[in-house]
Amino acid sequence: MEEKFKYTPQDFKSDQEVRWCPGCGDHFILNAVQKALPEVSHVLKYDMERYVFVSGIGCSSRFPYYVNTFGFHGIHGRASAIATGIKVANPKLSVWQITGDGDALAIGGNHFIHAVRRNIDINILLFNNEIYGLTKGQYSPTSKLGAITKTSPFGTVEHPFRPGELVIGAQGKFFARSLDVEVKLTSEIMVEAAKHDGTSVVEILQNCVIYNDRTHAAITDKENREDRVITLRHGEKMIFGKNRDKGLILSGLSLKVVTIGQGGFTMDDILTHDAYEPNPGVHMMLANMAFPDYPVAIGVIRNVKDSTYDDNVRDQVLEVMKSAKIKNMDELLNSGETWDV
Amino acid sequence: MSEQKQVLEIEEVVVRFSGDSGDGMQLTGTLFSDASALFGNSVSTFPDYPSEIRAPQGTIGGVSGFQVNIGSAKVNTPGDYCDVLVAMNPAALRANAKWVKAGGMIIVDSDTVNEKGLQRAGFKTDNPVEELKLQDYKVIFAPITTLTKESLKDSGLDNKSIVRSKNMFTLGMVYYIFSRPLNFTEKYFEIKFKKKPEIIEANKKVLRDGFNYAGNIHAIANTYHIPAATSIPKGKYRNINGNTATAWGLIAASEKSGLPLFCGSYPITPATEILIELAKRKDLGVKTLQVEDEIAGICTAIGASYAGNFAVTSTSGPGLSLKSEAMGLATITELPLVIVDVQRGGPSTGLPTKTEQSDLFQVLFGRNGECPMIVVAASTPSNCFDYAFYSGKLAMEHMTPVVLLTDGYIANGTEPWKIPSMKDFPAINPPIVPEGTEGYMPYARDEKRLARRWAFPGKKGIEHRVGGLEKDFIKGSVSHDPINHQKMTDIRAEKVKRVQEFIPQQEVIGDKEGDLLVIGWGGTYGHLLTAVQEMRKKGKKVSLCHFNYINPLPKNVHDIFGRYKKIIVCELNMGQFANYLRMNFQEFNYLQFNKVQGLPFTVVELVDKFNKVLEGK
Repeated sequence: MEEKFKYTPQDFKSDQEVRWCPGCGDHFILNAVQKALPEVSHVLKYDMERYVFVSGIGCSSRFPYYVNTFGFHGIHGRASAIATGIKVANPKLSVWQITGDGDALAIGGNHFIHAVRRNIDINILLFNNEIYGLTKGQYSPTSKLGAITKTSPFGTVEHPFRPGELVIGAQGKFFARSLDVEVKLTSEIMVEAAKHDGTSVVEILQNCVIYNDRTHAAITDKENREDRVITLRHGEKMIFGKNRDKGLILSGLSLKVVTIGQGGFTMDDILTHDAYEPNPGVHMMLANMAFPDYPVAIGVIRNVKDSTYDDNVRDQVLEVMKSAKIKNMDELLNSGETWDV
Repeated sequence: MSEQKQVLEIEEVVVRFSGDSGDGMQLTGTLFSDASALFGNSVSTFPDYPSEIRAPQGTIGGVSGFQVNIGSAKVNTPGDYCDVLVAMNPAALRANAKWVKAGGMIIVDSDTVNEKGLQRAGFKTDNPVEELKLQDYKVIFAPITTLTKESLKDSGLDNKSIVRSKNMFTLGMVYYIFSRPLNFTEKYFEIKFKKKPEIIEANKKVLRDGFNYAGNIHAIANTYHIPAATSIPKGKYRNINGNTATAWGLIAASEKSGLPLFCGSYPITPATEILIELAKRKDLGVKTLQVEDEIAGICTAIGASYAGNFAVTSTSGPGLSLKSEAMGLATITELPLVIVDVQRGGPSTGLPTKTEQSDLFQVLFGRNGECPMIVVAASTPSNCFDYAFYSGKLAMEHMTPVVLLTDGYIANGTEPWKIPSMKDFPAINPPIVPEGTEGYMPYARDEKRLARRWAFPGKKGIEHRVGGLEKDFIKGSVSHDPINHQKMTDIRAEKVKRVQEFIPQQEVIGDKEGDLLVIGWGGTYGHLLTAVQEMRKKGKKVSLCHFNYINPLPKNVHDIFGRYKKIIVCELNMGQFANYLRMNFQEFNYLQFNKVQGLPFTVVELVDKFNKVLEGK
């Protein structure tokens, strides 16, 4: 039985040809998932057949065809609802939703926030490229104000969603962020997401090489990355920078970037990341940090325990059944007021 | 003391309770029906209520009604016109007087007949009897509010609770008129208010005082007795409404299939009671999700179906519109699913609380692409149970979504129901793929039904992917191949058509040939049957062909239609089923009788129409 729960990334590759554009960020993410699943299986003792990948519509939603697990390619925006049905029907399954910024936050926004609010135990991988790729380049709910796209030739005139803020606003218990190019970190985060009971949202800043190339380049380009992103780890100081000399402190009611050793700031002044803190205040500020004022936070930002929807549904049914007076259909039919003719 | 009054025996009586929507008329009517059913009468009811929970007090818009037909022989409708109308205020009188049979009895709470009440109801004079031309009716003005206050002055209840009990005083009066025993209703109070003995006593007292009051007034000259029905089959009975029967039929299908029942739904009038009933049935392991919208209702159900539950979603017309795209998803993924549509008046929000049959085209054709779907329609409150059960059986054994149509009229209507036994229902055997099956091909099919096999996630060795994109006809991988798409489209159509082999032949009530064939479908059954029976009693050669299986139609339909001189299709829409029949059997001439008033047919108007057709008018 030693072989049980022991898989390699190769085991999770399907026989389907991967048809994303060459250079698309999705390739990195697929790679990260195929790396993460053997680790998830090992840690959580999951057989391969427990995994179900569910998606909506969009480039990212082709994902289920490329992993060799159970898969459901749904309709636009509805993956959260389909995933919810699957998880409630069989809570033993490990359910993964693959979605994009259009699928999850525009047409599927309602299902997305309600899945998060209910805390159904699914893992949502949100590929955020700030554009509609499959329909060839229209703006999305995360496109920056003023973004020039095919349907906004003079720039968009609407404010974008910040997915982390939306998730925490919907009482989300787990929010993490990664970059498509950071395959190792993405993979680690996915394992954390799988371990978390409840809705885990992982936002992955992903590059659309054709319609929105380099939209995240300011933070993903290698030469500047260490100065422009901060990798958060629970229990560790919030420091970043090529020289690991920059850190975050709380100044008044806001976060502030300081340089350690300058202005009288020492390592003791730097905040320590607490992903388990139920109060969402600091998590919200961390999730909302944007370049150039702040480094962009990656890693697990929020990871808080709470009861899950699927457990609650199951437990309530079991509880009621335990003390039920009616045990089958015939008893139900004959219950209440009846009379003989 | 009351003098001796004459008790007249009658076969059938129709009573209509009406009042402000806060007056408790639905409860009053229900208690009267239940007491009559328990007494052994045949009963059919029809609640008619406004969509506003509390419309402005005393106005026509706020009038809530409940009509019940009680017979000593089988009654199939709640009756067109009533023998007795209870009107708790002038608005109720004004709104319902037209439904009273000529010369019928009308009981009015005279305490409400004042300047304010009359004005709110839109009366122009202080004499509603004259204004509504009711001089030839037996109108009884009884100070019901005053008498209720008097009855309960020592009860210790507050004034508001006392006034609210006036419906029970009225019920007592009606019980006297129809010689109903009080014990059934007294027992109801004892169960309902188990922990509040003072409320039990107050209700019993006011009910009895109403009963005695009616016995003491001269205006009520005679009382009536409707003997228990003798023609109805022996057995154990209960009352059932269509929505409860639908919910129970779905649970029954779950039990017979051995798969847990999952309902994803969103509240919508008049379908909500299905979700409410299923939510109560956690004792039988039912999982209900009240989700964020109609789309999530069907999509959670599709997910649950994929994962191996018997999944259903319940809605009404506007909700069905929202579910259309997902119904296509269930069709192309070939997953079992029952979609219950309790029809109401449309389009758009339309008439939320009123009945109609106008969703037929929507369920037959309202989706993108070639998207055939099994459509079944229940026709009485109690047979909602049977058709919900068989919808589940067809969905699971044929691996396809099924629409079950009911309507506001049968969903809310109640009738006594001879309690069935589950051993009389067939097994349900879905084609479930066993764990460890080698070489599972998602779209390989059985030859008889053309059903693909159902492979639940969590089972080893059968990992596969389904979805909304067209799939290869065996392997299930995405395919844009032109010939493959043709083949899959043909198979999805043929699969639905083959259901013909698994449903009963169409039956005809009446002679196998004749002058006129009346065709109906769904909830109009009771009225059409009563009209046809009335005409047949008079020697007219009229038969009824009433449909429950809409798509596919039973195999013998063409044979039936050819045997009658004339055909008339009656439905509560502008002719959707008639046009559907024209599409399927072009060689016949279909006359139509259509009505879209948010109300059922009346037997009177049907008989009138059929006579005219027979006379060639």
